[in-house]
Amino acid sequence: MATKYDWPSAADRSVIGRSVSRLDGAEKATGRAKYAYDRNPEGLLVGRLVTSPHANARITRIDASGAERLKGVRGVVLIKDIGDEVQWTGAEIAAIAADTEEIARDAVRKFKVEYEVLSHLVKEEDVEKAGNRVVPGQENTEGDPSKALQEADVTHEGYYGAATITHCCMEPHGNTVHWKGEKDITVWASTQAVGRIGADLAKNLAADPSLPKVSPSDIRVITPVMGGGFGSKFNIDSWGVAAAKLSRMTGRPVKIMLDRDEELQMAGARPSYFGNVKVGAKKDGTLTVFDVESWATSGVGRGGNPALPYVIEPPNQRVRHVNVATNTGPARAWRAPRHPQCAVITHCALTDLAHKLDMDPVDFFKKNADLTARPDVYRTEIDKAAELIDWKEKYHKPGEGSGHVRRGVGLSIHTWGGRPHDSQCRVVIEPDGSASAEIGSQDIGTGTRTVIAMVLAETLALPVSRVNVKMGDSSFPPSGASGGSTTVGGVSSSTRRAAVNALEKLKEKVAGDLGASSADEIEAKDGYLRLKENPKKRIAWTAACRKLSTETISEMGNQPDRDGGKLADSGVGGVQMADVSVDMETGIVTMNKMVAVQDCGLIIDLKLAESQVYGSLIMGICSALWEERVYDQMSGVYLNADMEFYKLAGIGDIGELVVHMMTGVYDDRGVIGLGEPPAISPMAAISNAVFNAIGARVPTVPVTPDKVLAALEKKGGMA
Amino acid sequence: MEAFEYAAPNSVKEAVGLLSSNWGEADVLAGGTDLLSLLKEGVHTPKRVVSLKNVSGLKGVSASRIGATATIAELLGSSSVPAAVRQAAEGITSPQMRAMGTVGGELLQRPRCWYFRNGYGLLGKDAKGKSLAPNGENQYHAIIGNKGPAYFVSASSLAPALIALEATVTVTGPDGEDEMPLEKLFQTPSSDSQRENTLQPNQVLTGINLPGGGARSATYEVRQRQLMDWPLASASVALKMSGDTVESARVVLGHVAPTPWRSSDAESALAGKAVSEDTAMAAAKAALSAATPLSRNKHKVQLARVAVKRAILRAAG
Ligand SMILES: Cc1cc2nc3c(=O)[nH]c(=O)nc-3n(C[C@H](O)[C@H](O)[C@H](O)COP(=O)(O)OP(=O)(O)OC[C@H]3O[C@@H](n4cnc5c(N)ncnc54)[C@H](O)[C@@H]3O)c2cc1C
Ligand code: SF4
Repeated sequence: MATKYDWPSAADRSVIGRSVSRLDGAEKATGRAKYAYDRNPEGLLVGRLVTSPHANARITRIDASGAERLKGVRGVVLIKDIGDEVQWTGAEIAAIAADTEEIARDAVRKFKVEYEVLSHLVKEEDVEKAGNRVVPGQENTEGDPSKALQEADVTHEGYYGAATITHCCMEPHGNTVHWKGEKDITVWASTQAVGRIGADLAKNLAADPSLPKVSPSDIRVITPVMGGGFGSKFNIDSWGVAAAKLSRMTGRPVKIMLDRDEELQMAGARPSYFGNVKVGAKKDGTLTVFDVESWATSGVGRGGNPALPYVIEPPNQRVRHVNVATNTGPARAWRAPRHPQCAVITHCALTDLAHKLDMDPVDFFKKNADLTARPDVYRTEIDKAAELIDWKEKYHKPGEGSGHVRRGVGLSIHTWGGRPHDSQCRVVIEPDGSASAEIGSQDIGTGTRTVIAMVLAETLALPVSRVNVKMGDSSFPPSGASGGSTTVGGVSSSTRRAAVNALEKLKEKVAGDLGASSADEIEAKDGYLRLKENPKKRIAWTAACRKLSTETISEMGNQPDRDGGKLADSGVGGVQMADVSVDMETGIVTMNKMVAVQDCGLIIDLKLAESQVYGSLIMGICSALWEERVYDQMSGVYLNADMEFYKLAGIGDIGELVVHMMTGVYDDRGVIGLGEPPAISPMAAISNAVFNAIGARVPTVPVTPDKVLAALEKKGGMA
Repeated sequence: MEAFEYAAPNSVKEAVGLLSSNWGEADVLAGGTDLLSLLKEGVHTPKRVVSLKNVSGLKGVSASRIGATATIAELLGSSSVPAAVRQAAEGITSPQMRAMGTVGGELLQRPRCWYFRNGYGLLGKDAKGKSLAPNGENQYHAIIGNKGPAYFVSASSLAPALIALEATVTVTGPDGEDEMPLEKLFQTPSSDSQRENTLQPNQVLTGINLPGGGARSATYEVRQRQLMDWPLASASVALKMSGDTVESARVVLGHVAPTPWRSSDAESALAGKAVSEDTAMAAAKAALSAATPLSRNKHKVQLARVAVKRAILRAAG
């Protein structure tokens, strides 16, 4: 049923769906934007962490005296105590605050900890060697997989996987915390969850009885801009709690931001996934069965359940999954948790099966789209992607070709939810004509600020430059954490409703002047309020606002809202195709082109939506070709916690990127989140393109030269 | 980083006087692109850092001499640099590294071995004295000259090119100036007290001399990324031609051994032959015939072969 809150129809939109540049782009590019890292309040102390050199050890002695004696050291707090275990290298043990960063670093070296060293395991790919570190996980059977494998016309067995990567946020984790009065704490946080950090900090502080009791409302969290989280920045973390305690101890603001190596070691990892897969199909290509024995590591903690088989669900399936507890930095959510790895395991196996069926993967995936939740979406998108990458021209039988550089194409498909999270927004219209949205959400680099401004501008019929967005502050109405691609749906819905409500008040104010008997007869258009029936009868926005005299309009909008219509939805599909070249003599893979075709319902800002997809492709290319966390089993050390051998792409390594948003097609569904889905398919699509180029499967990503050469050798050389 | 004393003398003589006769007590600072990270990571903890920035006479690039503190950017900006050296310098893709990094620093940069950089010493041993690389993550480690105790690879990309071109270096120490073939600047350490170069702790590298002589030269790097990245293997060759025939060749491999690795087998395989895909491949095979890969770097043998083959073909044009 239509409500007054519904999105305007395509013909009536003047802002939504256009390409608007990020509003804070210039501020960020010129360094004026203030990140948590840039906060240097008067009297600032700098905190550094004492971390574990051992992969698994029990703390037997702690001696802080050497550190405490250093001139300029203002406070020390323990994160772990004697008797506690530290279970990976880089695990946090204590935090020290000092007048300068240099003094704090000197103090860390003078802080002595003794350990009883315990045995460790840091590698999981060889699950046979994991012994008692193997923890049972999901077991699930549907249909009769054994029988289906026997009855299948064609079967395939293979090993596939993806290595652990880290989030490697451009702005590392951390906060500046100032505990000013008994019940007055300010946290300048690098977070994806402005609305959660207060409660998380209060809960952590409550565990220390020597501290005064604080409630979440005593804590103000400020995050106007943020330099990337990708799922790893939802909590206050040990270093944030330590900064608060050190601030309490000293009465001064304390900043603890992680170093690059700390960021890579302790602030987030995406679990590895490996699997031995058996698949079977009928002669015509219909997939009948998917059977997998899979394993993964999330660090010492228990991992989640795999998303296997991924997207394509045959009637017969069996999943037997285990987690391997390793002494490695703990996993955190990473852009579409589990999906990218499970896309590799599923879609690489299916591409190999298509090869055995002597089928072009495009035909195979289109045929089996019936086994997905959205057959038509995938078929349309596969056709579009194939057209954009010129699949017909470029596809050849795997391994066909000559010369030492071989080219190949591959594809993968993905899905994600992206429902709207809970959100409240207040829209304020002032007599001077200014209009603002106040919302306790955060812009984690996705462009949320711009999206909110566009929704407000659209609703009030003003140019985007005429509206303000106040966000990234917990003193504004609460909005959910930015995870699960839930933000855009949440904030656009709450802002739309608040803006409609506020506009209605203004319409009421001018109804008399326009000769309208109710607000319903009035519409906002091009900076005017006017009669729907007689557009010539109109009043300019500023003149209308002046009628407010000393009054201010302040109206709330909520998501969800039972009477507020359906402005957002959940569930999308996307298709990606990769075009690579492989040097058959060196095994080096270079990207020629990637195509992403993506649906996400109604798009608010086309440019920022495309920008999300570009970023996803770049991240995905990194993990497909280079990125990998390397631990050393003997020492237990994370060897490449740096930007040198933890390899990410440069601009010259990316190739051509083509993004096609399915605009217009699914607008009626409303807004759906986009941050995660396009990050899912790149690894599988690229691995499949390499398979097409060389005719041999490189089982795991990243697809590095050593593995390419090994796969070629196994196949029997170049030809 | 430990606190240290900083000195910026005006002459080589003064600089030498400020250095120590023991390793570890003082460090020479050129562009600092390597030294600063060694200091920050606590791998080097000198009491004094001696900067060369005010020392005159160490700069400049000409056809016969490259000053030790000439930057990579200056090297690339000069038209008189032989092809093999230019192509090696082009592999240092980062504009920041090119602007700050010096040629002397490039030759003397410490190995990038991740055990060394993580504080396990140049020979990468754990507390019990056990070598980590041969039992661990040795994918980037040596495939030749790796009988131990050294397993790292020489980090320099310019050295193989300069050695192929028969460059010599001048060094100044307390006993005055000395000149030696660049090859002799490098060594494979056999104990913890040695470094990967033969420089004395109180010697300063002052320049590199190129004899000229018209060899056709080239460098080929096998690398994963366009972005700053270390070659997985590289090779530089210099061919003295007589018509279509190779009169004599010098073939030097980089990033495969603890030193730049000259292969006389490859050189003799080329001598007297015309360059073709087949002779280049034969020389490449000869260069790696003695390779002894570790558990995880067998692929580097193939990569090094390709580097040698492609460098030869590139030099021959
Ligand atoms: C991120 C990064 C990426 C890089 N990528 C590449 C690459 O792709 N390819 C490549 O080949 N190289 C690469 N490099 C290496 C770079 O070329 C070297 O770091 C640089 O050339 C070193 O020069 P420098 O003047 O800065 O040396 P410094 O850091 O100043 O010195 C290095 C070492 O040499 C000693 N030293 C320097 N000059 C003298 C002298 N005249 N006499 C005696 N001792 C001296 C110093 O004491 C120190 O131990 C990279 C480096 C970094 C940090
Ligand atoms: S480390 Fe990289 S991202 Fe950071 S300032 Fe330097 S170039 Fe920029």
